[in-house]
Amino acid sequence: MQRYILRNKNRITLTSGLLIALGFVSLWTMGNSELFEWALIIASIFGVTPIAIQAYQALKVKVVSIDVLVTIAVVGAFLIKNFEESAIVTFLFLFGAFLEQRTLNKTRSAIKELTEMAPESALKLREDGEFEEVEVDEVAVGDVLLVKTGAKVPVDGTVISGEGSINEASITGESIPVAKEKGSKVYAGTILDNGTLQIVADRVGEDTTFGKIIELVEEAQDSKSEAERFIDRFSKYYTPAVLVLSFIVWVISRDPELAITILVLGCPGALVIGVPVSNVAGIGNGARHGVLLKGSEIISDFSRLDTIVFDKTGTLTVGKPAVAETVYYGEDIDEVLGYLASVERESDHPLAKAVLEEIGETKFSTVEETEVIKGGGIVARVNGHRIAIGNISLMEREKVELDEKARADVARFERNGNSLVLTAVDGQLKVLMGVRDRIRPGVKADLQRLKKLGVKNLIMLSGDNQGTVDLVSRELGLTEARGNMLPEDKAAYIQQLIEEKGQIVAFVGDGVNDSPSLALANIGIAMGSGTDVAIEISDVVLMNSDFGRLPHAFGLTKAIVRNMKQNIFIAVGVVLVLLSGLLFSDWMNMSIGMLVHEGSILLVILNGMRLLRYKIR
Amino acid sequence: MKKATIQLETLTCPSCMQKIDNAVKSLDGVDKESVNVSFNASKVKLEFDEEKLSIGQIENAITALGYEVIKSQVT
Repeated sequence: MQRYILRNKNRITLTSGLLIALGFVSLWTMGNSELFEWALIIASIFGVTPIAIQAYQALKVKVVSIDVLVTIAVVGAFLIKNFEESAIVTFLFLFGAFLEQRTLNKTRSAIKELTEMAPESALKLREDGEFEEVEVDEVAVGDVLLVKTGAKVPVDGTVISGEGSINEASITGESIPVAKEKGSKVYAGTILDNGTLQIVADRVGEDTTFGKIIELVEEAQDSKSEAERFIDRFSKYYTPAVLVLSFIVWVISRDPELAITILVLGCPGALVIGVPVSNVAGIGNGARHGVLLKGSEIISDFSRLDTIVFDKTGTLTVGKPAVAETVYYGEDIDEVLGYLASVERESDHPLAKAVLEEIGETKFSTVEETEVIKGGGIVARVNGHRIAIGNISLMEREKVELDEKARADVARFERNGNSLVLTAVDGQLKVLMGVRDRIRPGVKADLQRLKKLGVKNLIMLSGDNQGTVDLVSRELGLTEARGNMLPEDKAAYIQQLIEEKGQIVAFVGDGVNDSPSLALANIGIAMGSGTDVAIEISDVVLMNSDFGRLPHAFGLTKAIVRNMKQNIFIAVGVVLVLLSGLLFSDWMNMSIGMLVHEGSILLVILNGMRLLRYKIR
Repeated sequence: MKKATIQLETLTCPSCMQKIDNAVKSLDGVDKESVNVSFNASKVKLEFDEEKLSIGQIENAITALGYEVIKSQVT
């Protein structure tokens, strides 16, 4: 019976609302005060039933909840024959709860969407060679699975046959198809746009990248800051205190109307719900934009950031040497590039890889008489030509003449921080390439945005030599840049910033050798492809190693904190207005109190919802 | 000791958490320290001694308060 009533709460709300409307209509149109009274009496009884049941349940487990306050208030109003108040208050309370559920669901929707992307079933290879559909929980590491077009990849695994392209938006936040073939890694929760793949399961269930992300976000949305824990403790004693207060008022003033009004006004609503609502909407927004924020304590630290310390390689730069500048000398360059590629193809030097990547498709020829000159480069014979590929000292050794223009180019390339790759054919310089680790595209603009948002210091720490570090620093306009730093030096430097200068410091790194710094900084921000230990030790994860999400993350935390403050302001303001209304005016009654109370709860929820749409300008 | 994760209908009032928390903790066989009711996720996580009580009994204690249990997982 109790359960039946609770389940039909919405219908009860509707009925009691209709009865109240009927009552008022009959009073105003027909002046029928008897019908009016009866309609309100029935509405009150109807409406108070579910509230009273909830109050009883709460008392049974020794909690004085809002339901208890409202029930006493309504019963009190009923006893002093103020049926209008009792009916309207119950209706508003129920209707408010209904609206709150709806709107709260909305604020939680971003995170819910994420968890609903979890794969549910898989096609598993049976011993007889057939594929059988099973629950994703039944897949074990090592199982062979079939993924068809349009299906979700059920686990983290490796492709063993087939080809296809996968949308990895659920992991990276980036809705771009990624080609997969034999040997490629695939991730649970991503969607196969086309093709068919057979994969072998490497990680299953909660161990998958997707499983970890979900767990992280779910925990984050309910993590509590010091302030929230205080509010929680406070509200535990607040409700019983209101009960006692109203009783005292009744004993002293002998005014039951006043006493029950206090009960309704005292309901803690917006205060308790305001902060968690901002939290969940903000973290949800982050999750949608590839920024994982691990909880509200971090949000508040992040928003007050003074200094960001960056690792260089792989964070500000791409982390892979590439050809940045090229100059050609003379004719037949295509032919020369073919020779160059043919020779470099046989080398596993990082510079050679960069050169090959730059040249791309070309005509390869047979390479003979290859000779590796240590600290110089390679000399070889291709199609009867003597090819020399290497640095300046190799060119000198090979007696290659560099004219004035070439010498100027070399000097300029060196100034720009390049490693040089020169190619000579039969003693003639043909190609000059400058290879360096490039700055990530867009990083400069992102750093400027961060400055504009209020970060005071941008510092780069790197293991590279000071010369290279200075070059990058100048190009990006950093506050400070230090080279020759070992991981422990970086950590010590960060500690110094925090302890001696009292700054709030974030460290951005790729999480592998930077883990001490990530752990030590107030906010550890990992550039995660989503697969690393970085996810676990850091406080914030930028999915897909996308540096461009950093300004969004910073702006978002500021917006969340602002939103929380607004909500606290609304909540406290409403209580103050209600109390002063009660003390200094005579328009205050139970119904208005309840209306304002429920209204303020909805207001903080709607305010929190704005965070879902937050976007950096 | 078994670990249980119980998914509830959307929780809307923070005092619901207190009720559920108290109700679950009062059951014999539930590790009081491990009980965690999360508001936004609308989940209850706890550890319990399966020799003393079943997951069904825990679910009943929650539904008796008027909150629907959507799914529970024991590991």
